[in-house]
Amino acid sequence: MGILVLCDTDGGAPRKSAYELLGKAKALGLGPVTALVLGSADVSSLGGYGADAVLHYDNAVLGTYSTGAVVKALANAIAATGAQYVLASANQVARDAFPRLSARIGAGYAVECTDLRSEGGKLVGRRPVYAGKALVDVATNSAVGLYSVRPNSFPIGASTGASAPVTVSDGGVSAADVDVKVVQTLAPEGKEVDLTEADRIVSGGRSLKSKEGFDSVVRPLAAAVHATPGASRAAVDAGYAHHGDQVGQTGKVVNPSLYIALGISGAIQHLAGMRTSRVIVAVNKDADAPIFQYATYGIVGDLFEYAPLLQKEFEKALS
Amino acid sequence: MKIGVCLKQVPATDTRVVVNPTASGILTNDVKWEINPYDDYALEEAVRQKAAGKGTEVVILTVGGAETEQRLRDALARGADRVVRVDDPAMAGADALGYARALAAAAKAEDVGVLFCGRQAVDGDNGAVPAMIAELLGWSQVSWIDKLAIDGGSFTANRAAGGGAKEVVTGALPGVFTCDKGLNEPRMATLPNIMAAKKKPIVVKNLDAIGLSAGAVAPLVAETAMSLPPARPAGRKLTGDAATVAAELVRLLREEAKVI
Ligand SMILES: Cc1cc2nc3c(=O)[nH]c(=O)nc-3n(C[C@H](O)[C@H](O)[C@H](O)COP(=O)(O)OP(=O)(O)OC[C@H]3O[C@@H](n4cnc5c(N)ncnc54)[C@H](O)[C@@H]3O)c2cc1C
Repeated sequence: MGILVLCDTDGGAPRKSAYELLGKAKALGLGPVTALVLGSADVSSLGGYGADAVLHYDNAVLGTYSTGAVVKALANAIAATGAQYVLASANQVARDAFPRLSARIGAGYAVECTDLRSEGGKLVGRRPVYAGKALVDVATNSAVGLYSVRPNSFPIGASTGASAPVTVSDGGVSAADVDVKVVQTLAPEGKEVDLTEADRIVSGGRSLKSKEGFDSVVRPLAAAVHATPGASRAAVDAGYAHHGDQVGQTGKVVNPSLYIALGISGAIQHLAGMRTSRVIVAVNKDADAPIFQYATYGIVGDLFEYAPLLQKEFEKALS
Repeated sequence: MKIGVCLKQVPATDTRVVVNPTASGILTNDVKWEINPYDDYALEEAVRQKAAGKGTEVVILTVGGAETEQRLRDALARGADRVVRVDDPAMAGADALGYARALAAAAKAEDVGVLFCGRQAVDGDNGAVPAMIAELLGWSQVSWIDKLAIDGGSFTANRAAGGGAKEVVTGALPGVFTCDKGLNEPRMATLPNIMAAKKKPIVVKNLDAIGLSAGAVAPLVAETAMSLPPARPAGRKLTGDAATVAAELVRLLREEAKVI
Protein backbone atom coordinates (compact mmCIF):
# COMPACT_ATOMS: atom_id res chain seq x y z
CA MET A 1 0.00 0.00 0.00
CA GLY A 2 1.01 3.58 -0.46
CA ILE A 3 3.72 5.42 -2.32
CA LEU A 4 7.46 5.26 -1.84
CA VAL A 5 9.28 8.39 -3.04
CA LEU A 6 12.99 8.17 -3.84
CA CYS A 7 14.26 11.55 -2.63
CA ASP A 8 17.31 13.04 -4.34
CA THR A 9 19.82 14.75 -2.14
CA ASP A 10 22.65 17.11 -2.91
CA GLY A 11 25.38 18.03 -0.44
CA GLY A 12 23.53 16.27 2.39
CA ALA A 13 20.15 17.99 1.90
CA PRO A 14 17.04 16.98 -0.09
CA ARG A 15 16.81 18.53 -3.53
CA LYS A 16 13.79 20.57 -4.67
CA SER A 17 12.68 17.62 -6.79
CA ALA A 18 12.24 15.56 -3.60
CA TYR A 19 9.81 18.11 -2.16
CA GLU A 20 8.03 18.31 -5.51
CA LEU A 21 7.44 14.56 -5.60
CA LEU A 22 6.46 14.26 -1.93
CA GLY A 23 3.86 17.01 -2.27
CA LYS A 24 2.40 15.40 -5.38
CA ALA A 25 2.47 11.91 -3.83
CA LYS A 26 0.54 13.19 -0.81
CA ALA A 27 -2.01 14.98 -3.00
CA LEU A 28 -2.68 11.80 -4.99
CA GLY A 29 -4.35 10.25 -1.94
CA LEU A 30 -3.18 6.73 -2.73
CA GLY A 31 -2.14 5.82 0.79
CA PRO A 32 0.74 6.68 3.08
CA VAL A 33 3.76 8.40 1.58
CA THR A 34 7.19 7.14 2.59
CA ALA A 35 10.25 9.18 1.71
CA LEU A 36 13.28 7.03 0.89
CA VAL A 37 16.69 8.64 1.31
CA LEU A 38 19.88 6.86 0.28
CA GLY A 39 23.17 7.85 1.90
CA SER A 40 23.96 10.42 4.53
CA ALA A 41 21.62 13.46 4.59
CA ASP A 42 19.56 15.70 6.85
CA VAL A 43 16.05 14.26 6.41
CA SER A 44 14.27 16.40 9.03
CA SER A 45 12.48 18.63 6.48
CA LEU A 46 10.74 15.84 4.54
CA GLY A 47 7.69 15.56 6.83
CA GLY A 48 6.83 19.18 6.10
CA TYR A 49 6.46 18.47 2.38
CA GLY A 50 4.21 15.42 2.52
CA ALA A 51 6.15 12.42 3.85
CA ASP A 52 4.19 10.42 6.42
CA ALA A 53 7.31 8.43 7.22
CA VAL A 54 10.97 8.52 6.27
CA LEU A 55 13.07 5.48 5.45
CA HIS A 56 16.69 6.54 5.70
CA TYR A 57 19.25 4.07 4.37
CA ASP A 58 22.15 5.92 5.92
CA ASN A 59 24.90 3.84 4.42
CA ALA A 60 28.09 5.24 2.88
CA VAL A 61 27.89 2.56 0.17
CA LEU A 62 24.81 4.39 -1.15
CA GLY A 63 26.49 7.80 -1.05
CA THR A 64 27.96 7.28 -4.53
CA TYR A 65 25.68 5.78 -7.16
CA SER A 66 26.20 2.19 -8.18
CA THR A 67 23.59 0.18 -10.05
CA GLY A 68 24.02 -2.94 -7.93
CA ALA A 69 23.72 -1.34 -4.50
CA VAL A 70 20.95 1.11 -5.40
CA VAL A 71 18.72 -1.42 -7.16
CA LYS A 72 19.06 -3.78 -4.21
CA ALA A 73 18.29 -0.98 -1.74
CA LEU A 74 15.19 0.01 -3.73
CA ALA A 75 13.96 -3.58 -3.82
CA ASN A 76 14.50 -3.83 -0.05
CA ALA A 77 12.62 -0.57 0.55
CA ILE A 78 9.66 -1.78 -1.51
CA ALA A 79 9.57 -5.03 0.46
CA ALA A 80 9.89 -3.16 3.77
CA THR A 81 7.07 -0.69 3.05
CA GLY A 82 4.82 -2.85 0.87
CA ALA A 83 4.55 0.18 -1.42
CA GLN A 84 2.27 -0.11 -4.43
CA TYR A 85 3.95 2.73 -6.32
CA VAL A 86 7.47 4.11 -6.39
CA LEU A 87 8.19 7.63 -7.65
CA ALA A 88 11.55 9.08 -8.58
CA SER A 89 12.72 12.17 -10.38
CA ALA A 90 13.63 11.32 -13.98
CA ASN A 91 17.40 11.72 -13.70
CA GLN A 92 20.36 9.42 -14.36
CA VAL A 93 19.71 7.45 -11.17
CA ALA A 94 16.15 6.59 -12.16
CA ARG A 95 17.14 6.02 -15.79
CA ASP A 96 19.75 3.48 -14.74
CA ALA A 97 18.12 1.85 -11.71
CA PHE A 98 14.38 1.78 -12.46
CA PRO A 99 14.43 -0.44 -15.56
CA ARG A 100 16.72 -2.91 -13.82
CA LEU A 101 14.47 -2.90 -10.75
CA SER A 102 11.47 -3.32 -13.03
CA ALA A 103 12.93 -6.51 -14.48
CA ARG A 104 14.05 -7.79 -11.08
CA ILE A 105 10.70 -7.57 -9.30
CA GLY A 106 8.34 -7.65 -12.30
CA ALA A 107 7.14 -4.08 -11.80
CA GLY A 108 5.75 -2.01 -14.67
CA TYR A 109 7.81 1.11 -15.39
CA ALA A 110 6.17 4.34 -16.54
CA VAL A 111 8.94 6.57 -17.89
CA GLU A 112 9.42 10.35 -17.57
CA CYS A 113 5.86 11.34 -16.73
CA THR A 114 5.04 15.03 -16.82
CA ASP A 115 1.75 14.59 -14.96
CA LEU A 116 0.26 12.12 -12.48
CA ARG A 117 -3.31 11.54 -11.35
CA SER A 118 -5.19 8.90 -9.39
CA GLU A 119 -8.07 7.18 -11.13
CA GLY A 120 -10.17 4.64 -9.23
CA GLY A 121 -7.37 4.00 -6.76
CA LYS A 122 -4.77 3.55 -9.49
CA LEU A 123 -1.95 5.83 -10.52
CA VAL A 124 -2.08 7.12 -14.09
CA GLY A 125 0.74 9.12 -15.64
CA ARG A 126 0.90 11.31 -18.70
CA ARG A 127 4.12 11.25 -20.67
CA PRO A 128 5.63 12.64 -23.83
CA VAL A 129 6.52 10.22 -26.64
CA TYR A 130 8.17 10.88 -30.02
CA ALA A 131 10.25 13.59 -28.34
CA GLY A 132 7.16 15.38 -27.12
CA LYS A 133 5.40 15.41 -30.49
CA ALA A 134 2.63 13.39 -28.78
CA LEU A 135 1.45 12.57 -25.26
CA VAL A 136 0.04 9.32 -23.86
CA ASP A 137 -1.60 8.15 -20.66
CA VAL A 138 0.43 5.44 -18.96
CA ALA A 139 -0.56 3.01 -16.22
CA THR A 140 1.00 -0.10 -14.71
CA ASN A 141 -0.94 -3.29 -14.01
CA SER A 142 1.61 -5.09 -11.82
CA ALA A 143 1.63 -5.39 -8.00
CA VAL A 144 4.22 -2.61 -7.90
CA GLY A 145 4.43 0.29 -10.36
CA LEU A 146 7.53 2.44 -10.94
CA TYR A 147 7.00 5.99 -12.20
CA SER A 148 9.77 8.42 -13.04
CA VAL A 149 8.72 12.07 -13.22
CA ARG A 150 10.34 14.94 -15.14
CA PRO A 151 11.64 17.64 -12.78
CA ASN A 152 9.54 20.84 -12.59
CA SER A 153 6.30 19.02 -13.43
CA PHE A 154 4.54 20.10 -10.22
CA PRO A 155 4.59 23.20 -8.03
CA ILE A 156 6.25 22.94 -4.63
CA GLY A 157 4.09 24.02 -1.71
CA ALA A 158 5.40 25.64 1.47
CA SER A 159 6.47 23.34 4.28
CA THR A 160 3.75 22.61 6.84
CA GLY A 161 6.50 22.22 9.41
CA ALA A 162 5.21 18.72 10.22
CA SER A 163 7.75 16.10 11.16
CA ALA A 164 7.67 12.47 10.13
CA PRO A 165 9.02 9.44 11.98
CA VAL A 166 12.40 8.32 10.63
CA THR A 167 13.54 4.72 10.40
CA VAL A 168 17.29 4.46 9.90
CA SER A 169 19.06 1.37 8.61
CA ASP A 170 21.87 0.32 6.30
CA GLY A 171 19.32 -0.71 3.67
CA GLY A 172 20.61 -4.27 3.61
CA VAL A 173 23.41 -3.40 1.19
CA SER A 174 27.17 -3.55 1.58
CA ALA A 175 30.29 -2.78 -0.45
CA ALA A 176 29.96 -6.25 -2.00
CA ASP A 177 26.85 -5.01 -3.87
CA VAL A 178 28.77 -2.30 -5.72
CA ASP A 179 29.22 -3.69 -9.24
CA VAL A 180 30.24 -0.92 -11.60
CA LYS A 181 32.41 1.51 -9.59
CA VAL A 182 32.82 5.26 -9.97
CA VAL A 183 36.52 6.06 -10.06
CA GLN A 184 36.30 9.73 -10.97
CA THR A 185 33.71 12.45 -11.42
CA LEU A 186 34.24 14.96 -14.23
CA ALA A 187 32.71 18.40 -13.74
CA PRO A 188 30.30 19.69 -16.41
CA GLU A 189 31.87 21.49 -19.38
CA GLY A 190 30.27 24.83 -18.54
CA LYS A 191 29.91 26.40 -15.12
CA GLU A 192 26.25 27.31 -15.65
CA VAL A 193 23.24 25.31 -14.47
CA ASP A 194 22.77 22.27 -16.71
CA LEU A 195 20.47 22.85 -19.69
CA THR A 196 17.93 20.29 -18.45
CA GLU A 197 17.48 22.30 -15.24
CA ALA A 198 18.04 25.80 -16.60
CA ASP A 199 15.36 28.45 -16.21
CA ARG A 200 16.81 30.57 -19.03
CA ILE A 201 18.62 29.43 -22.16
CA VAL A 202 20.27 31.31 -25.02
CA SER A 203 20.97 29.02 -27.98
CA GLY A 204 22.92 29.58 -31.15
CA GLY A 205 22.91 27.76 -34.46
CA ARG A 206 24.98 27.14 -37.54
CA SER A 207 24.66 30.83 -38.39
CA LEU A 208 27.27 31.69 -35.73
CA LYS A 209 29.76 30.49 -38.38
CA SER A 210 32.63 29.54 -36.01
CA LYS A 211 33.51 28.64 -32.45
CA GLU A 212 34.80 32.19 -32.05
CA GLY A 213 31.45 33.48 -33.28
CA PHE A 214 29.62 31.29 -30.78
CA ASP A 215 31.93 32.20 -27.91
CA SER A 216 31.83 35.92 -28.60
CA VAL A 217 28.08 36.24 -29.30
CA VAL A 218 26.03 33.47 -27.64
CA ARG A 219 28.00 33.05 -24.41
CA PRO A 220 28.15 36.76 -23.45
CA LEU A 221 24.46 37.23 -24.24
CA ALA A 222 23.66 34.17 -22.11
CA ALA A 223 25.77 35.56 -19.29
CA ALA A 224 23.99 38.92 -19.52
CA VAL A 225 20.58 37.31 -18.97
CA HIS A 226 21.91 34.71 -16.47
CA ALA A 227 21.15 31.90 -18.87
CA THR A 228 22.78 28.63 -19.85
CA PRO A 229 24.14 28.57 -23.41
CA GLY A 230 22.68 25.96 -25.74
CA ALA A 231 23.13 25.03 -29.38
CA SER A 232 21.50 23.42 -32.38
CA ARG A 233 22.93 20.18 -33.62
CA ALA A 234 24.34 21.93 -36.63
CA ALA A 235 26.37 24.18 -34.32
CA VAL A 236 27.54 21.21 -32.24
CA ASP A 237 28.48 19.10 -35.24
CA ALA A 238 30.45 22.01 -36.67
CA GLY A 239 32.40 22.20 -33.41
CA TYR A 240 31.11 25.61 -32.30
CA ALA A 241 29.70 24.18 -29.05
CA HIS A 242 30.05 21.05 -26.88
CA HIS A 243 27.99 17.86 -27.28
CA GLY A 244 26.45 18.59 -23.89
CA ASP A 245 25.11 21.90 -25.25
CA GLN A 246 22.85 20.35 -27.88
CA VAL A 247 19.14 20.98 -27.51
CA GLY A 248 16.71 18.71 -29.33
CA GLN A 249 15.50 15.25 -30.04
CA THR A 250 19.00 13.77 -29.96
CA GLY A 251 20.31 16.27 -27.42
CA LYS A 252 18.76 17.63 -24.28
CA VAL A 253 15.07 18.19 -23.72
CA VAL A 254 14.75 21.52 -21.94
CA ASN A 255 11.92 23.30 -20.20
CA PRO A 256 13.00 26.86 -19.31
CA SER A 257 10.85 29.95 -18.72
CA LEU A 258 12.83 31.78 -21.38
CA TYR A 259 14.44 30.31 -24.52
CA ILE A 260 16.23 32.64 -26.88
CA ALA A 261 17.14 31.14 -30.27
CA LEU A 262 19.76 33.02 -32.29
CA GLY A 263 19.97 32.04 -35.94
CA ILE A 264 18.26 28.69 -35.46
CA SER A 265 15.91 27.63 -38.23
CA GLY A 266 13.60 25.61 -35.99
CA ALA A 267 13.98 22.12 -37.48
CA ILE A 268 11.47 19.66 -36.07
CA GLN A 269 14.24 17.84 -34.15
CA HIS A 270 15.29 21.09 -32.48
CA LEU A 271 11.71 22.10 -31.67
CA ALA A 272 11.16 18.70 -30.06
CA GLY A 273 13.71 19.62 -27.43
CA MET A 274 12.48 23.10 -26.51
CA ARG A 275 8.83 23.43 -27.52
CA THR A 276 7.58 23.43 -23.92
CA SER A 277 9.64 26.53 -23.06
CA ARG A 278 7.28 29.09 -21.56
CA VAL A 279 8.52 32.03 -23.65
CA ILE A 280 10.44 31.59 -26.89
CA VAL A 281 12.32 34.44 -28.53
CA ALA A 282 13.66 33.96 -32.05
CA VAL A 283 16.15 36.14 -33.90
CA ASN A 284 16.46 35.04 -37.50
CA LYS A 285 17.09 36.91 -40.72
CA ASP A 286 14.67 34.70 -42.65
CA ALA A 287 11.11 35.87 -41.93
CA ASP A 288 9.82 32.44 -43.03
CA ALA A 289 12.03 30.38 -40.70
CA PRO A 290 9.87 27.71 -39.00
CA ILE A 291 11.06 28.83 -35.55
CA PHE A 292 8.80 31.90 -35.88
CA GLN A 293 5.71 29.67 -35.73
CA TYR A 294 6.68 28.84 -32.17
CA ALA A 295 8.16 32.13 -31.06
CA THR A 296 6.35 34.22 -28.49
CA TYR A 297 8.42 37.18 -29.70
CA GLY A 298 10.11 37.17 -33.08
CA ILE A 299 12.74 39.49 -34.47
CA VAL A 300 13.50 39.33 -38.17
CA GLY A 301 17.07 40.51 -38.46
CA ASP A 302 20.78 39.81 -38.29
CA LEU A 303 21.79 38.17 -35.04
CA PHE A 304 25.22 39.79 -35.19
CA GLU A 305 23.47 43.15 -35.05
CA TYR A 306 20.89 42.22 -32.42
CA ALA A 307 22.91 40.13 -29.97
CA PRO A 308 25.11 43.03 -28.74
CA LEU A 309 22.08 45.34 -28.48
CA LEU A 310 20.15 42.76 -26.48
CA GLN A 311 23.17 42.11 -24.32
CA LYS A 312 23.38 45.80 -23.43
CA GLU A 313 19.64 45.97 -22.69
CA PHE A 314 19.74 42.86 -20.51
CA GLU A 315 22.76 44.15 -18.63
CA LYS A 316 20.90 47.40 -18.00
CA ALA A 317 17.70 45.66 -16.96
CA LEU A 318 19.29 43.06 -14.71
CA SER A 319 21.99 45.13 -13.05
CA MET B 1 33.79 -12.97 -27.68
CA LYS B 2 30.80 -12.14 -29.85
CA ILE B 3 29.53 -8.57 -29.75
CA GLY B 4 25.79 -7.94 -29.77
CA VAL B 5 24.02 -4.79 -30.94
CA CYS B 6 20.34 -4.10 -30.28
CA LEU B 7 18.74 -2.28 -33.17
CA LYS B 8 15.30 -0.82 -33.63
CA GLN B 9 13.71 1.00 -36.52
CA VAL B 10 11.87 4.19 -35.61
CA PRO B 11 10.04 6.90 -37.56
CA ALA B 12 12.54 9.39 -39.03
CA THR B 13 13.10 12.22 -36.58
CA ASP B 14 11.53 14.74 -38.97
CA THR B 15 8.24 12.82 -39.00
CA ARG B 16 5.13 14.91 -38.39
CA VAL B 17 3.21 12.86 -35.90
CA VAL B 18 -0.46 12.09 -36.66
CA VAL B 19 -2.43 10.18 -34.03
CA ASN B 20 -4.42 7.16 -35.25
CA PRO B 21 -8.23 7.04 -34.88
CA THR B 22 -8.15 4.84 -31.77
CA ALA B 23 -5.52 7.04 -30.11
CA SER B 24 -3.38 3.95 -29.55
CA GLY B 25 -0.43 5.15 -31.60
CA ILE B 26 0.58 7.16 -34.64
CA LEU B 27 -0.43 6.71 -38.24
CA THR B 28 2.45 5.06 -40.03
CA ASN B 29 1.28 5.17 -43.68
CA ASP B 30 3.52 8.10 -44.57
CA VAL B 31 6.29 7.40 -42.11
CA LYS B 32 9.84 7.03 -43.36
CA TRP B 33 11.69 4.54 -41.15
CA GLU B 34 15.25 4.86 -39.94
CA ILE B 35 17.59 3.07 -37.59
CA ASN B 36 17.09 4.68 -34.20
CA PRO B 37 19.77 7.44 -34.18
CA TYR B 38 21.28 6.33 -30.87
CA ASP B 39 21.57 2.76 -32.20
CA ASP B 40 23.91 4.15 -34.87
CA TYR B 41 26.41 4.89 -32.09
CA ALA B 42 25.90 1.39 -30.66
CA LEU B 43 26.50 -0.23 -34.03
CA GLU B 44 29.56 1.89 -34.72
CA GLU B 45 31.04 1.08 -31.31
CA ALA B 46 30.52 -2.65 -31.87
CA VAL B 47 32.20 -2.51 -35.27
CA ARG B 48 35.13 -0.51 -33.87
CA GLN B 49 35.58 -2.84 -30.90
CA LYS B 50 35.65 -5.80 -33.25
CA ALA B 51 38.22 -4.03 -35.46
CA ALA B 52 40.31 -3.39 -32.35
CA GLY B 53 40.37 -7.13 -31.70
CA LYS B 54 37.98 -7.07 -28.75
CA GLY B 55 35.43 -9.30 -30.44
CA THR B 56 35.12 -11.91 -33.15
CA GLU B 57 31.76 -11.10 -34.66
CA VAL B 58 29.08 -8.37 -34.55
CA VAL B 59 25.60 -9.82 -34.23
CA ILE B 60 22.55 -7.57 -34.52
CA LEU B 61 19.61 -8.48 -32.32
CA THR B 62 16.27 -6.97 -33.20
CA VAL B 63 12.55 -7.45 -32.72
CA GLY B 64 10.42 -6.69 -35.73
CA GLY B 65 8.81 -7.80 -38.95
CA ALA B 66 10.03 -8.20 -42.52
CA GLU B 67 9.52 -4.45 -43.06
CA THR B 68 12.77 -3.84 -41.13
CA GLU B 69 14.87 -5.58 -43.80
CA GLN B 70 16.22 -2.42 -45.41
CA ARG B 71 17.43 -0.95 -42.11
CA LEU B 72 19.02 -4.27 -41.19
CA ARG B 73 20.82 -4.48 -44.56
CA ASP B 74 22.08 -0.95 -43.98
CA ALA B 75 23.46 -1.99 -40.60
CA LEU B 76 25.10 -5.03 -42.18
CA ALA B 77 26.65 -2.74 -44.79
CA ARG B 78 28.11 -0.66 -41.99
CA GLY B 79 30.03 -3.56 -40.55
CA ALA B 80 27.75 -5.97 -38.71
CA ASP B 81 28.19 -9.64 -39.62
CA ARG B 82 24.69 -11.04 -39.26
CA VAL B 83 21.25 -10.45 -37.83
CA VAL B 84 18.93 -12.35 -35.53
CA ARG B 85 15.44 -10.95 -35.95
CA VAL B 86 12.83 -12.02 -33.42
CA ASP B 87 9.43 -11.98 -35.09
CA ASP B 88 6.37 -13.25 -33.29
CA PRO B 89 2.74 -12.11 -33.21
CA ALA B 90 2.89 -11.96 -29.41
CA MET B 91 5.43 -9.12 -29.61
CA ALA B 92 2.77 -6.76 -30.98
CA GLY B 93 1.39 -6.26 -27.46
CA ALA B 94 4.72 -6.29 -25.63
CA ASP B 95 6.03 -3.44 -23.48
CA ALA B 96 9.67 -2.61 -22.76
CA LEU B 97 10.05 -5.58 -20.42
CA GLY B 98 8.65 -7.91 -23.09
CA TYR B 99 11.15 -6.57 -25.63
CA ALA B 100 13.92 -6.99 -23.07
CA ARG B 101 12.93 -10.61 -22.44
CA ALA B 102 13.01 -11.36 -26.16
CA LEU B 103 16.35 -9.60 -26.72
CA ALA B 104 17.93 -11.12 -23.59
CA ALA B 105 16.87 -14.59 -24.73
CA ALA B 106 18.29 -13.92 -28.19
CA ALA B 107 21.55 -12.59 -26.70
CA LYS B 108 21.86 -15.71 -24.59
CA ALA B 109 21.15 -18.02 -27.51
CA GLU B 110 23.89 -16.24 -29.49
CA ASP B 111 26.28 -16.33 -26.53
CA VAL B 112 27.33 -12.68 -26.92
CA GLY B 113 29.67 -11.34 -24.23
CA VAL B 114 28.95 -7.64 -24.58
CA LEU B 115 25.90 -5.80 -25.81
CA PHE B 116 25.65 -2.28 -27.21
CA CYS B 117 22.32 -0.43 -27.29
CA GLY B 118 21.25 3.15 -28.00
CA ARG B 119 20.55 5.18 -24.89
CA GLN B 120 16.87 5.29 -25.89
CA ALA B 121 14.73 4.66 -28.94
CA VAL B 122 13.30 7.96 -30.11
CA ASP B 123 9.77 6.60 -30.64
CA GLY B 124 8.61 5.55 -27.17
CA ASP B 125 11.54 7.38 -25.54
CA ASN B 126 11.59 4.84 -22.70
CA GLY B 127 15.29 4.04 -22.55
CA ALA B 128 14.35 1.03 -20.45
CA VAL B 129 15.13 -2.07 -22.50
CA PRO B 130 18.95 -2.20 -22.11
CA ALA B 131 19.05 -2.16 -18.28
CA MET B 132 16.23 -4.69 -18.25
CA ILE B 133 18.28 -6.98 -20.49
CA ALA B 134 21.27 -6.54 -18.18
CA GLU B 135 19.16 -7.60 -15.20
CA LEU B 136 17.63 -10.56 -17.01
CA LEU B 137 21.12 -11.78 -17.96
CA GLY B 138 22.69 -10.85 -14.62
CA TRP B 139 25.23 -8.61 -16.39
CA SER B 140 26.84 -5.24 -15.59
CA GLN B 141 25.26 -2.18 -17.17
CA VAL B 142 26.45 1.35 -17.88
CA SER B 143 23.98 3.96 -19.10
CA TRP B 144 24.62 6.84 -21.50
CA ILE B 145 28.31 6.32 -22.25
CA ASP B 146 30.40 8.59 -24.47
CA LYS B 147 33.72 6.77 -23.98
CA LEU B 148 34.66 3.13 -23.57
CA ALA B 149 37.81 1.07 -23.23
CA ILE B 150 37.64 -2.72 -23.00
CA ASP B 151 40.65 -4.49 -21.53
CA GLY B 152 40.28 -8.26 -21.31
CA GLY B 153 37.37 -8.97 -19.00
CA SER B 154 37.10 -5.46 -17.60
CA PHE B 155 36.10 -2.04 -18.90
CA THR B 156 36.38 1.66 -18.18
CA ALA B 157 33.61 3.94 -19.42
CA ASN B 158 32.47 7.55 -19.10
CA ARG B 159 28.77 7.88 -18.37
CA ALA B 160 26.42 10.80 -17.85
CA ALA B 161 25.78 11.75 -14.23
CA GLY B 162 23.49 14.43 -12.81
CA GLY B 163 23.68 18.10 -13.74
CA GLY B 164 25.78 17.67 -16.87
CA ALA B 165 28.63 15.96 -14.98
CA LYS B 166 30.25 12.72 -16.16
CA GLU B 167 31.48 9.74 -14.18
CA VAL B 168 34.39 7.51 -15.08
CA VAL B 169 33.38 3.99 -14.06
CA THR B 170 35.02 0.58 -14.11
CA GLY B 171 33.47 -2.86 -14.06
CA ALA B 172 33.59 -6.38 -15.38
CA LEU B 173 32.18 -7.95 -18.54
CA PRO B 174 29.77 -9.30 -19.59
CA GLY B 175 27.99 -5.97 -19.79
CA VAL B 176 25.33 -3.89 -21.49
CA PHE B 177 26.31 -0.37 -22.58
CA THR B 178 23.87 2.30 -23.72
CA CYS B 179 25.46 4.65 -26.20
CA ASP B 180 25.12 8.43 -26.30
CA LYS B 181 26.03 10.98 -28.93
CA GLY B 182 29.73 11.79 -28.69
CA LEU B 183 30.85 8.16 -28.30
CA ASN B 184 31.95 7.94 -31.93
CA GLU B 185 31.14 9.16 -35.43
CA PRO B 186 28.94 6.56 -37.14
CA ARG B 187 30.15 5.65 -40.62
CA MET B 188 28.10 5.60 -43.79
CA ALA B 189 27.84 2.44 -45.85
CA THR B 190 30.06 2.30 -48.92
CA LEU B 191 28.81 0.87 -52.21
CA PRO B 192 30.95 -2.32 -52.09
CA ASN B 193 29.80 -2.91 -48.53
CA ILE B 194 26.18 -2.41 -49.53
CA MET B 195 26.66 -5.11 -52.16
CA ALA B 196 28.41 -7.42 -49.69
CA ALA B 197 25.66 -6.91 -47.10
CA LYS B 198 23.11 -8.46 -49.44
CA LYS B 199 24.71 -11.83 -48.83
CA LYS B 200 24.98 -11.56 -45.05
CA PRO B 201 22.53 -13.75 -43.10
CA ILE B 202 19.35 -12.50 -41.42
CA VAL B 203 17.94 -15.32 -39.30
CA VAL B 204 14.33 -15.03 -38.15
CA LYS B 205 13.23 -16.68 -34.92
CA ASN B 206 9.91 -16.81 -33.13
CA LEU B 207 9.58 -16.72 -29.36
CA ASP B 208 9.46 -20.50 -29.14
CA ALA B 209 12.83 -20.75 -30.88
CA ILE B 210 14.45 -18.61 -28.17
CA GLY B 211 12.70 -20.47 -25.36
CA LEU B 212 9.97 -17.96 -24.51
CA SER B 213 6.21 -18.34 -24.30
CA ALA B 214 3.77 -15.62 -25.39
CA GLY B 215 2.89 -15.18 -21.71
CA ALA B 216 6.48 -14.18 -20.94
CA VAL B 217 6.07 -10.98 -22.94
CA ALA B 218 2.65 -9.96 -21.61
CA PRO B 219 2.79 -6.22 -20.84
CA LEU B 220 2.86 -4.68 -17.35
CA VAL B 221 2.43 -1.18 -18.76
CA ALA B 222 -0.43 0.18 -20.87
CA GLU B 223 -0.17 3.35 -22.92
CA THR B 224 -3.49 4.81 -24.11
CA ALA B 225 -5.21 8.04 -25.12
CA MET B 226 -2.46 9.43 -27.34
CA SER B 227 -2.94 13.07 -28.22
CA LEU B 228 -0.99 15.94 -29.68
CA PRO B 229 0.38 18.54 -27.29
CA PRO B 230 -1.60 21.77 -27.05
CA ALA B 231 -0.67 24.28 -29.78
CA ARG B 232 1.36 27.26 -28.69
CA PRO B 233 -0.51 30.55 -28.65
CA ALA B 234 0.39 32.73 -31.63
CA GLY B 235 3.33 35.01 -31.04
CA ARG B 236 4.21 38.32 -32.59
CA LYS B 237 7.03 39.89 -34.51
CA LEU B 238 8.66 43.06 -33.27
CA THR B 239 9.49 45.62 -35.93
CA GLY B 240 11.28 48.94 -36.05
CA ASP B 241 14.88 50.03 -35.85
CA ALA B 242 17.17 47.55 -34.16
CA ALA B 243 17.95 49.51 -31.00
CA THR B 244 14.26 50.20 -30.34
CA VAL B 245 13.30 46.58 -31.00
CA ALA B 246 15.98 45.33 -28.62
CA ALA B 247 14.80 47.64 -25.85
CA GLU B 248 11.17 46.76 -26.52
CA LEU B 249 11.88 43.02 -26.33
CA VAL B 250 13.58 43.34 -22.96
CA ARG B 251 10.68 45.47 -21.71
CA LEU B 252 8.16 42.83 -22.88
CA LEU B 253 10.10 39.99 -21.28
CA ARG B 254 10.08 41.90 -18.04
CA GLU B 255 6.63 43.50 -17.97
CA GLU B 256 4.41 41.31 -20.16
CA ALA B 257 5.91 37.82 -20.01
CA LYS B 258 7.52 38.38 -16.60
CA VAL B 259 10.37 35.97 -17.24
CA ILE B 260 13.26 38.27 -16.30
C1 LIG C 1 18.43 12.02 -36.68
C2 LIG C 1 18.52 13.50 -36.52
C3 LIG C 1 18.53 14.03 -35.25
C4 LIG C 1 18.64 15.41 -35.07
N1 LIG C 1 18.63 15.92 -33.79
C5 LIG C 1 18.75 17.25 -33.63
C6 LIG C 1 18.76 17.82 -32.32
O1 LIG C 1 18.69 17.13 -31.31
N2 LIG C 1 18.87 19.17 -32.21
C7 LIG C 1 18.97 19.99 -33.30
O2 LIG C 1 19.08 21.21 -33.11
N3 LIG C 1 18.97 19.48 -34.53
C8 LIG C 1 18.88 18.13 -34.72
N4 LIG C 1 18.92 17.64 -35.99
C9 LIG C 1 19.28 18.53 -37.10
C10 LIG C 1 18.16 19.38 -37.60
O3 LIG C 1 17.43 18.67 -38.57
C11 LIG C 1 18.71 20.68 -38.22
O4 LIG C 1 19.60 20.33 -39.24
C12 LIG C 1 19.43 21.60 -37.25
O5 LIG C 1 18.63 21.80 -36.10
C13 LIG C 1 19.70 22.91 -37.93
O6 LIG C 1 20.46 23.74 -37.12
P1 LIG C 1 20.44 25.31 -37.33
O7 LIG C 1 19.09 25.82 -37.10
O8 LIG C 1 21.53 25.84 -36.48
O9 LIG C 1 20.93 25.47 -38.83
P2 LIG C 1 20.12 25.81 -40.16
O10 LIG C 1 18.95 24.94 -40.33
O11 LIG C 1 21.13 25.87 -41.22
O12 LIG C 1 19.54 27.24 -39.89
C14 LIG C 1 20.30 28.39 -39.75
C15 LIG C 1 19.33 29.52 -39.57
O13 LIG C 1 20.05 30.68 -39.23
C16 LIG C 1 19.51 31.78 -39.95
N5 LIG C 1 20.60 32.74 -40.09
C17 LIG C 1 21.73 32.60 -40.81
N6 LIG C 1 22.52 33.68 -40.65
C18 LIG C 1 21.88 34.51 -39.79
C19 LIG C 1 22.18 35.77 -39.23
N7 LIG C 1 23.34 36.40 -39.49
N8 LIG C 1 21.29 36.33 -38.39
C20 LIG C 1 20.11 35.70 -38.10
N9 LIG C 1 19.78 34.52 -38.62
C21 LIG C 1 20.65 33.90 -39.44
C22 LIG C 1 18.99 31.21 -41.23
O14 LIG C 1 17.94 32.02 -41.75
C23 LIG C 1 18.49 29.84 -40.79
O15 LIG C 1 17.13 29.88 -40.41
C24 LIG C 1 18.77 16.26 -36.19
C25 LIG C 1 18.74 15.71 -37.47
C26 LIG C 1 18.61 14.36 -37.64
C27 LIG C 1 18.58 13.82 -39.03
